[in-house]
Amino acid sequence: MRLAVLGAGAVGRSVLELAGEYGHDVVAIADSSSAAIADGSAGTGEGNGGLAAETVLERKDAAGVVGDADPADALAADYDVLVEATPTTLDDAEPGFGHCEAALERDRDVVLANKGPVAERYADLRALEADSEGSVRFEATVAGAIPAVSTIEDYGPETIEAARGVLNGTANFVLTRMAAEGLGYEHVLAEAQDLGVAEADPSFDVEGTDAALKCVIMANVLTGGEPEFTLEDADVEGILNVPGSALELATEENRTVRLIGEATREGVRVGPRLVPENSPLAVSGTRNIVQLDTEHAGRLNLSGRGAGGAETATAVLADVGRLGD
Amino acid sequence: MTGEPSGESPVSDGGRTTAYTIRLELDDEPGELLSALGPIAEHGGNLLSIFHERGNVTPRGRIPVEVDLESHPEQFETIVQALREAGMNVVQAGREEYGEEVTVLLVGHVIDTDLSDTLDRIETSAGASVTDVALSAPEGTEEVSSARLRVATERDHTDAVLASIRTIADEKDLHVIEPQLDRGGEH
Repeated sequence: MRLAVLGAGAVGRSVLELAGEYGHDVVAIADSSSAAIADGSAGTGEGNGGLAAETVLERKDAAGVVGDADPADALAADYDVLVEATPTTLDDAEPGFGHCEAALERDRDVVLANKGPVAERYADLRALEADSEGSVRFEATVAGAIPAVSTIEDYGPETIEAARGVLNGTANFVLTRMAAEGLGYEHVLAEAQDLGVAEADPSFDVEGTDAALKCVIMANVLTGGEPEFTLEDADVEGILNVPGSALELATEENRTVRLIGEATREGVRVGPRLVPENSPLAVSGTRNIVQLDTEHAGRLNLSGRGAGGAETATAVLADVGRLGD
Repeated sequence: MTGEPSGESPVSDGGRTTAYTIRLELDDEPGELLSALGPIAEHGGNLLSIFHERGNVTPRGRIPVEVDLESHPEQFETIVQALREAGMNVVQAGREEYGEEVTVLLVGHVIDTDLSDTLDRIETSAGASVTDVALSAPEGTEEVSSARLRVATERDHTDAVLASIRTIADEKDLHVIEPQLDRGGEH
């Protein structure tokens, strides 16, 4: 398949680097100010018609641009699948939503790593898909490398009663360190920032927004978009009100506190919850877990790496593979 | 600082005291309640709370009373026997009354906002029994602190009890860290 990658952050870069291994060519990549379009002279995959990842990324690192072309050229390039990996935006989910729209109108497939369009405009996106020869996939939007969305789809959304889990590695890292070391929030956050686990502005993670978006997406998959959920429908509390003293009291009883998000057909709730220390939900560090309650087969626990460039790119490329089926 | 209020909280481990609930039906006569409570104290039971449902009369014209107490298990047997010998109608005795037990954390100005009032309100408005309380206030009692409550609820009433606790906590500007209830799938 020929891929056009929008977004040259950790995920977009990793898709560019790994696509060849999966037998795909990246024929265009764009960041917010520039684009590189393949001229057919070098290859990343079987077709040998894609961009050379090294050349593009060296230029991005050295000059801050991926190439000489305009970002709009990437959207207009000759590709089979648009990989939407620009930063998540809320409300109208632009410009990501517009990118998906442009690709679907050209009857191209879309694979998203950007949560905005699926969390905030699920019904709109599905309506565009219905009028297109292309289809939309978004495994990478929920819990990185963990196959949450595709497992729900494979089992049949109507047979899944609830999907819950630890869906934000930053918040989980902070809670884990606070409980293990008896350290305060500010101290652990600074440490997380030094390690690159937390962003300079961690509010999206520690206020529960990121976990809520993932749950909203799973809730939309569970209902098929009827009713449709957006972030506004979610009941969200982050970890800012979890002091060390609360973790200490939890530890005394062999429990701990985790930021748990839960999606059902009735809605979405995200907040700090007490869980037994030996519960599958008590994953530590940046690890994520998705727990599915199935109607006929009990509980399924899927844990693994929920973030990271290569991890998320793996989910993107798995989706690209599913398109070929 | 971590402390439990002066050892008054019932614990169920190591042969120590256990919390029990007794439901009595009393005749609507003066002194009935007092004579019901006598055997409890006489046999070493520690009264925790009495819920006297005046105005709520059983079909036989009696008044239901719910008594929470703590005692050693063997003492409890004696207490129930003594109540029956004294002519009390003991309709339910034991821990079966409360089918589920959950732990919740309250975070915020837990002490400044009158913890004992908070506990009372949970017991009365939520119809639950707080069986254990632990506090942690490392910054001092005037700063943000945490309380861990073990709450016994009637079977299938846990959601309603948690909702009541959320409401009570909201009014006092406290945060509730709820348990992730394990239901549906197996563990």
